[in-house]
Amino acid sequence: MGHAFLLLLPLTAFAVGGLFLRRRHALAATVSTASALASAAWATWLAWAKADPAAGAVWLDAGGFTVVFRLEWDALARLMAAVVTWVGAAIHVYSWGYMRGDPGTGRFFAFLSLFMFSMLGIVLAGNLVMMYVFWELVGLSSYLLIGFWHERASAADAGKKAFIVNKLGDFGFLLGILVVWTVLGTVDFLDLQAAAPTFRDRLAASPLGFLPLGAVALLLFCGAVGKSAQFPLHVWLPDAMEGPTPVSALIHAATMVAAGVYMLCRLFFLFALSPVALEAIAWTGGLTALLAALWTVAQDDIKRVLAYSTLSQLGYMVMAVGLASPHAAMFHLSTHAAFKALLFLGAGSVIVALHHEQDLWRMGGLWNRMRWTSVAFLVGMLALCGVPFFAGAASKDGILLVALRENRALFALGAFTALLTSLYMGRLFVAAFLGAPRGEAAARATENGWVMKGPLAVLALFSFAFAWRGGWAHDCLATLVGAPMEHAPAVVHAFFILIPLCGLLGAWALYREKPTDALGQLFPGLRRALASKFLFDEFYLWLVRGVQERFAAFLRGVDQWGVDGLGVRGVSLAAFCLGNVLRCFHSGSLQFYGFLLGLATAALLIFGVLR
Amino acid sequence: MLVWTFWISFLGSAAVALLPSHWKSEVRWLALLFAALGLALGLWGWGAYDVEVGGYQLGNGEGVPWIPELGVRFRLGADGFSLPLVILTGVIGVTGVLYSWNIEERVNQFFALYLLLLGGVYGVFLSVDLFLLVVFYEIAIVPKYFLIAIWGSTRKEYGAMKLVLYSFAGGALVLLGLAGIAFAADPAARSFDLERLAATNFSSGFQAWAFPAFFLGFGILAGLWPFHTWAPTGHVAAPTAASMLLAGVVMKLGSYGCLRVAIGLFPGALGATVLGVPGFWRWTITVLAAMNILYGAMVALVQRDFKFVIGYSSVSHMGFVLLGLVTLNLWGLSGALLQMFSHGIVAGLLFAVVGRLVYDRTHTRELDELGGLGRAAPFTASVFIIGGLASMGLPGMSGFFAELLVLIGSWKAFAWVLIPVGIGMIVTVVYTLRTIHLAFFGAAPLVGGDWRGLPPITLPEKAASCFLAAILFLVGLYPTVLLSMMDRASQQFLDRVKQTVPVHLARP
Repeated sequence: MGHAFLLLLPLTAFAVGGLFLRRRHALAATVSTASALASAAWATWLAWAKADPAAGAVWLDAGGFTVVFRLEWDALARLMAAVVTWVGAAIHVYSWGYMRGDPGTGRFFAFLSLFMFSMLGIVLAGNLVMMYVFWELVGLSSYLLIGFWHERASAADAGKKAFIVNKLGDFGFLLGILVVWTVLGTVDFLDLQAAAPTFRDRLAASPLGFLPLGAVALLLFCGAVGKSAQFPLHVWLPDAMEGPTPVSALIHAATMVAAGVYMLCRLFFLFALSPVALEAIAWTGGLTALLAALWTVAQDDIKRVLAYSTLSQLGYMVMAVGLASPHAAMFHLSTHAAFKALLFLGAGSVIVALHHEQDLWRMGGLWNRMRWTSVAFLVGMLALCGVPFFAGAASKDGILLVALRENRALFALGAFTALLTSLYMGRLFVAAFLGAPRGEAAARATENGWVMKGPLAVLALFSFAFAWRGGWAHDCLATLVGAPMEHAPAVVHAFFILIPLCGLLGAWALYREKPTDALGQLFPGLRRALASKFLFDEFYLWLVRGVQERFAAFLRGVDQWGVDGLGVRGVSLAAFCLGNVLRCFHSGSLQFYGFLLGLATAALLIFGVLR
Repeated sequence: MLVWTFWISFLGSAAVALLPSHWKSEVRWLALLFAALGLALGLWGWGAYDVEVGGYQLGNGEGVPWIPELGVRFRLGADGFSLPLVILTGVIGVTGVLYSWNIEERVNQFFALYLLLLGGVYGVFLSVDLFLLVVFYEIAIVPKYFLIAIWGSTRKEYGAMKLVLYSFAGGALVLLGLAGIAFAADPAARSFDLERLAATNFSSGFQAWAFPAFFLGFGILAGLWPFHTWAPTGHVAAPTAASMLLAGVVMKLGSYGCLRVAIGLFPGALGATVLGVPGFWRWTITVLAAMNILYGAMVALVQRDFKFVIGYSSVSHMGFVLLGLVTLNLWGLSGALLQMFSHGIVAGLLFAVVGRLVYDRTHTRELDELGGLGRAAPFTASVFIIGGLASMGLPGMSGFFAELLVLIGSWKAFAWVLIPVGIGMIVTVVYTLRTIHLAFFGAAPLVGGDWRGLPPITLPEKAASCFLAAILFLVGLYPTVLLSMMDRASQQFLDRVKQTVPVHLARP
């Protein structure tokens, strides 16, 4: 009972903050943070007690389209809620330090609470429509927070881009929901799960029988492609880094972008029906992981490096789902939430200390000046690279093991991506933290206060905690799938240890003491190719500018000259001309009237005679 | 009781007109009082209406004979179709007065015409007699002209003339249909009672030409493509309160007539074979409605004038209404009705922001000359963003369930239409965000300086904006508040219609 409080707490904080506290910054921050901490505590208690939520209430009922407001609290929701609330709480605290002195702090915390509300809504949603509702709301809060500094055109544009790209994916998701509802007659997860085995037959028997099962699954998958920024809708996530760094950490690394993966796991019983769809999902994930990792190597902005790395890791998760292993995906999601949030907060700490300098090549030497941040960042990095005893190792290796068993090609792809991951993270660390300072700001950087160091410490701890074999994380997983992690032969383990080692050493050898990007000096062509991100942004821009806007301008022309010009003015012109013609007969000249009279009489006579 | 809504408005119109024009504040308060009485009656009707029973209620029973020679009766009543629209009229009526608080020129005439228009609209929604409905419809046209031509802006004479000509053209088509009904019926039993007409089984030949006359006649007012161009021009030319009423309520008159009269009386025509195409009219209207959605959104995308964007967005949103109507299933109908209400509020809010909160203060509506208003006028920006989000159908706002239900309905009726509609919905997001960004985000352009010194938002404006926004959230979070009676009415409507429409069209 009382699960609704998880939603009500942040919602109240949003309403109070948004309506009354936009200028009372400290109070707004307190209310918002308190709500985040309280929901974290409450979620933990509920997860501990395994309390069952109350039965739902009917929200909308129109002719068999029934939506019950029901909260779900199964193992999946418990795990996700714990991740969201705890990472969220840590980032709320951190934001006190990061946003200090910003004139929009009150608004910022209100939006942050709105995000927590929507995200927990996705986690707790008991049916597809509720999930879609919160899905959209998450998109909204992400839009508001990316464009938080809306006076900056780049930030406003990035928010717009994120919203529109997400909307594209969401429409596919909505269509998928409609198909599922049409065929199975329900949107509730429990009912759907019960009815799933009959899905294939009922689909074939329904008026939508022409749709293959895989197409339905892929429609639903569209939602995840948008939200989790999978290829080819990945373009919004790097731009989303225009938002304040805590937002990047919370929304665009740890939680919201993982919502797509969560949805895939939630609906796995539907995806599992179609091996073709699973194959497509796996390859989409794998391709995203590889491409993003390639592009990361040529990024110079510290946040963009992390953003592309997030893309790549999300690709791993999606790939895991596609390989029919949602538990591996959820495990990686949880560990990734901790260490990627840690990395972003570490980056944020650097950015604040360097007065908003984000270029890697103007940093350097921070290890000596910001020891606390550096150590935390190192922990996060080792976790991301998959060094043993850190969180990422267990979860990423889990995915690779599944790939090894299911699909060798994807395993090779995943292993190569892992190598690239270590390479670009090593590059980042070497460039930013080691060597000598390469910029004025870097030379004078000082460590931040406790409000920022504390969350770093907590998240760093989490980046270890998950790795304890047989510990809490594994309990969670066991409840999820009822199966322990798989055991691999020693040679595979050795291979997994070798990958990050090679990558990190390679990065150290390549980038040590270099004032600029060594890759660019050695292979300028390669760097240019990678930095171009294979021109996806340019292609979409062309679609918008070249196709959409021209089409819209064409339609405006049709409206102005066709419908309004030819049609409306044409009619009025015709009436005008007709009036003018008739006016001629109304000249006032008696002779003309007499002439007309004669003409008419003659005509009548002729007609009369002829008949 | 409910029938008092239009009597009160007419009474108010007369009372305000009789006050001397320099009693400005008295005139405003009196207008507000009468508008508020109308809203109060509407809300009372919402409470008093018995959803379980359904059908016409709260009227004057069987009515009284009005023109016995023609069988015209003065009969009024409300059902699940009209009651939400009566409430909508009340809401827009009240907020429109609040947003017109700054009118200084010929105040008494302005509010007299305004209340006259309001009364006419109430009358249309409450008429149970078709003849009466048409009379009220014509009454509502006249004040529109003067409101625009006198208090308007930007080519106001042209806009007013265009709008009125369109309205009369639509009215002429409706009159034609009306005459047809009069001749089709047995002279002894001639009646224009909508309930009785609905029970009449018109011959399919008659339906085949009466339906388009009525649908087109009313559809013009609903902004049906390609007869929509009066809407943006008229909305732009109109003063704030009038554009709120035009887009918010008057366009709903059109769609209401399409539903109540065209489809309600001649449902057989939807499935009839015309030009060798079975279901010709249903297909045509579906295509036109999809055109409304996509085309309106596309054209809104490239407008330079802030108000034109909202004008074309209205055209686009009315497409959802028209599309929902011809689905002939419960979801589509209820969705269309909810969309009528929702769009009424959204359009009211957006036109209020553009006309009153922005244009009256900045004296420009060119999107290129605006920009950066968010910092100077945070309240205006917040209200517009809320309205914009509702307009793009964000969950939690009224538009979401309305569009969702229309989507479900059209999915069931003609799945292919979801492709243009889906593109239209995405373009809606694009143009709304574009407008928000151009007007409120970014840096202030040089023309406007940094917008310092804009007159502050007054209390009536704040109250009206918050009221409209609150309704958006209320209906969005708990749509059942209106949907229950809409569902009931749609169900009864469909039960009746299904007897005449071929089964394959009305498939659930």
